[in-house]
This record gives sequence, C-alpha cells and structure tokens, in this order.
Amino acid sequence: MTDAKQKTESVSLPDFGNFGVMLRILLGANLFAFGMALARSAASGGEFWGADPVSQYLDLSIRVQPLLILNILVLALVSGPISRWPLRAAQAAIVCFAAASSALLESFFIVMESDAGPSHLFSNMLLAGIVAGLLLYYFELRARAFSPAVSEARLQALTARIRPHFLFNSLNAVLSLIRTEPERAEMALEALAELFRVMMRDHRELLPLFDEVDLCRQYLELEKLRLGERLTVVWEIPETLPDVKVPQLMMQPLLENAIYYGIEPLSDGGVVRIRLNLKDDEIRIELSNPYAGANQSSKTHMIAQEGNHMAIANIRERLALHYDLEARLETEESPGPDGVGEYRVRIVLPCRS
Amino acid sequence: MNSPSPLSIMIVDDEAPARARLRALLSGIADELPNTVVAEAANGKLALDALDEHAVDVLFVDIRMPKMGGIELARHLLQSEKPPAVIFVTAYDTHAVEAFELNAIDYLVKPVRAQRLLTALQKIRKPAEAPPSEGTAQALAALQEGARAYLSCHERGRMLLIPINEILYLKADLKYVTARTGQREYLLDESLTHLEQEFADRFIRLHRSALVAREAIAGFEKNTNDETDTQWYALLRDVPEKLPVSRRQWPLVKSYAKHLTS
Repeated sequence: MTDAKQKTESVSLPDFGNFGVMLRILLGANLFAFGMALARSAASGGEFWGADPVSQYLDLSIRVQPLLILNILVLALVSGPISRWPLRAAQAAIVCFAAASSALLESFFIVMESDAGPSHLFSNMLLAGIVAGLLLYYFELRARAFSPAVSEARLQALTARIRPHFLFNSLNAVLSLIRTEPERAEMALEALAELFRVMMRDHRELLPLFDEVDLCRQYLELEKLRLGERLTVVWEIPETLPDVKVPQLMMQPLLENAIYYGIEPLSDGGVVRIRLNLKDDEIRIELSNPYAGANQSSKTHMIAQEGNHMAIANIRERLALHYDLEARLETEESPGPDGVGEYRVRIVLPCRS
Repeated sequence: MNSPSPLSIMIVDDEAPARARLRALLSGIADELPNTVVAEAANGKLALDALDEHAVDVLFVDIRMPKMGGIELARHLLQSEKPPAVIFVTAYDTHAVEAFELNAIDYLVKPVRAQRLLTALQKIRKPAEAPPSEGTAQALAALQEGARAYLSCHERGRMLLIPINEILYLKADLKYVTARTGQREYLLDESLTHLEQEFADRFIRLHRSALVAREAIAGFEKNTNDETDTQWYALLRDVPEKLPVSRRQWPLVKSYAKHLTS
C-alpha cells in the first residue's frame, strides 16, 4: 500500500511550459482528430463532398486548432501554480478546463455562424475532455517510465563497474603519498570525501553549474595524482560561470569515461578538454579526449564502446527527464594519426536559474 | 627466515604512485623477508624488455595497463623456460579475482597490505611450490580481453616479441607455426586454429595451413602451368613469397579481394 502511494506522489504533472510537452499535446490531439476524420469519412461512405478524410480533418481543424492553442497557452501560464496541487485534483481541473473551453469556443462559433446546432456543443465538450484525459494519462505513464527511481537504479548498476576501480586506485595513490607528501595526501582525501558526499546525495534536483564544475575539478585532481603527467586537463570556460542549474553528476561521469577509456589505455596519456560557453540562452558543454580505438583489436574496442555507450545513454535519459526535448547530447569520433582519434561529447542545455 | 639471497623483484604498474607504494611496503618487510626491487616498468612490454637485463624472481603485475596488460605479460612469461613467479595486483576486478581463486594464481588487491604481501612472498619462497600448470595458461587466456598485441618466440634462451601488426602471414609446418614479418621468420609454439580464432579480424585463412594478414595481400595470381587444375596464389606486400589458396577457401578470399578493390 505505502509503496503504491509513494509512487503516485513521486509522479507529477508534466512541465506545460516545456516545448517538448507542448509539441506532444499538439501532435497527440491532432492524431486523435485525424482518427476521427477517418472514422467519419468511413461512416459517411463517401456520399458527399466532405467525405474524404483529409477534408474532414481540415473541417475539424477549424474547431480543434484554436481550442488546442488556447489550452496550451493557458496551461503554460498556470503550469507553475498547478504543479503544486494534488496530482488527481490538477488532472481533473485540466480535463474540466478543456471541456469548458471547448464549450466556450463552440458557442462562439454558433454565434458567428448560425448553422451549427446546439447538439454539437455537448459532444464537443465530451471529446475535448476525453482527449485531455488521454493525454494526461500518457504523460503520467511517461513520467513513471522515466521516474528518478528507475534511472537512479540504472545509474547505480552502470557505475558500479567503474567506480570501485577509481576508488581503490585513488586510495592506493593516497597511501603512497602519506609518508612522503602528507599535505598532498591530506588534500586528496578531502577531495575524495567531497566526491563521495556528492555521489551519495539525492540526485533528482538540479544544482548550480558552479558546483558541478567544482566537483569535476576535484575529481580530475584525484586522477592527476594517479596518472601524473599522462593526464593533461585543459579548461576553456568563462571566468565567471553563469548562475544556472544543471542535473547533478552530468559532467563527472563523462570525464570518468574520458579517463578510463581515453587516457588510461594510452601509455603517453593525452589531453582532456572541457569547453563551456553560453549562447542564446543555451549552455553548451563539450568534452573531448584522445581515443585509441583504431589500433586495438575489435573486441577490446567493442568492450570499451559498450561501457561508454551505457554511460552516455544514462545521461541522455536523465537529460530527457529534466528537460524533455530541450536538451541534446551528441557524441562524435574523428580518426587521427597513429590510430589515436578524438572522441567528443557535446551537451546543449536550456538555461535555468 | 634465513634465506641465502634476497628475492629480486620487478614492479609492473602504469601508475607511478602505485609502484612507489609497493616499493615502500617491500622495504618495510625486508627484515622479515629479504628482497630487492631490481626493476620497475610501466607496462608489460617494458617489463619484458627489462627482463633481458635483470634476473627476476618475482613480478608484481597490474592488470590494466596500456600497450600490454598484465594478463598478456603473464602469458608470455609462462612460455619462457624458467618462468619467474607472477603476483597480480589489481584494484578491482571481480571477474579476474574469481579466476585467480579458481586456478590458484597469486594475486593481491590494491591497496596492498603489508601482511598480505609478506604471506604472498613467503608462499613463493617455498621450494615445494608447483610450477605453473597448463590450467594457469588456459585461465589466463580466458581472462584476456580481446586479442594479444604481441606473439612471443624463444631463441637461444631469449624471448622475442613480435608485434601482431607486423606479421604478414602465419604458416603451420608439421609441429611448428612460423610467423613471417617483413624482416624474417619466427618459430612459434602456438596452434594455427587458436591463432585464427584469436585474431579473426586481422587474418584470413588461405588454406589448411596458412593464415594471411588481410592488409598484407597485394593481389592474386593464377598458375597456368597445370592445364587440368587451376591454382590461385596470393601475392604479398614486402615479401616475394606466393601463398597458394585452396579451392575451398577461394570463394571467401576472392570476395574479400573484391571488397578490397572496391
């Protein structure tokens, strides 16, 4: 029982101000309208002019599109306050609003052109309510599928393989410093503690970009301790970071991959580059690392790719959860001399403070 | 323990702090078990090079290293006449640790503890210790992720390493397999079938007893001496030899050649 209750609580309304959500509403409702147009033309059996589904659909569109636009706009405006309502109450209110606004528009049409009978009013209200209900149901299912519990469990399963390797190697490196360089050892243990504090935190919330960058610096400091001259880190970021929030542990796992799959297999190491810039209300983050894919046997290459793809898919999923269609993650590989190519991951996020 | 001479040790790890830590631990237990670290290496290839100059009783070997990892290093060592003892040192590798347990292969986990280190070395000191078995070789082969980077060959007590990407073809003659590079031939103690499986993406079979590197094929030639039988030969880059292609393999080789020219 408690389990089921918790599940309902963790699912919330979609963010109606999000472009992806708007697009889904628009597409979903139009798909429904087209379905109705098909059904109508089949029922009328092509007896009169409006019988083919396309003209039926256009006929419906005159009613459907203004209604949709009105609803999307109103939802976007009230999306903040309504998300704090209890889920079921908010869903019921949205269904009622869809039905009521449909009645309002229909009466407006009746006034404008007196040919439509009042019988349409009730059926239109019902249809608008049904479509709104179905769309809300779809969003709820989607939210459940992408619930943080699921992605966190996946994250856990995925990182379990890489993280112990890093932990034990780091501890080993710190141990080697204790006698000779106690101060560096102290700093390294502090960084390690900070890293683990972040990893054990609740990952559902967005955190300031500054914190994520700071975490990455601490992480790279530890790797530098271990790898020495093999690891060169180049930061190309603005002097003052924008005051925006990003998902936690978004960059760090990518850096971990860059080191595990990029730097470690190279005996001379290489450069990990982090570029970050702000453009048109978007944050662009680009990470690049050398990649010895070409001169390795295909099986080793495959194992590495598999591990890397899992991390990428995981972050992509988390971005989708936070931003829906407004965030992108792209990867690309370019060959280079001596079989050492370059691997790049690019993340584009909307700014949110 | 009163040992006549200290154990000579080599530490193989790509991380300098890890080597330093192991060296510190070894000097810490030197009173109880005399030992000297005679060499250090950052990967398997460098370790094998260093073995030419130093006589080593025990190697501490990290598993994950660039160029040549610990597993491949141990496999090459196993083929030498008097293989030194190998103790794997790994940070975290449940898969490998399971296999080590199962096959009684010595290993330590990072961070290494002085007491464990001592126990491991004392075990090696015992003269009754059985030499590495065939089972060890098989277990290591199974642990290898992907194919080896080198093949090894022994000539007059020395180990020679042949980089896989320099081998033009592999040929089986009676008991031995020979590997041909641009410079010379090497005798290997390997089976052609195993080599074919391990390096399937690199070599293609020409006939029952020859594998050729795909990129070494320069072209094909038809032998017209015999009128009843047509025999195809593969021409190779860098070397004058022509290798016969068997009737059974010809369609496959031909399709590869088409792929090559297109």
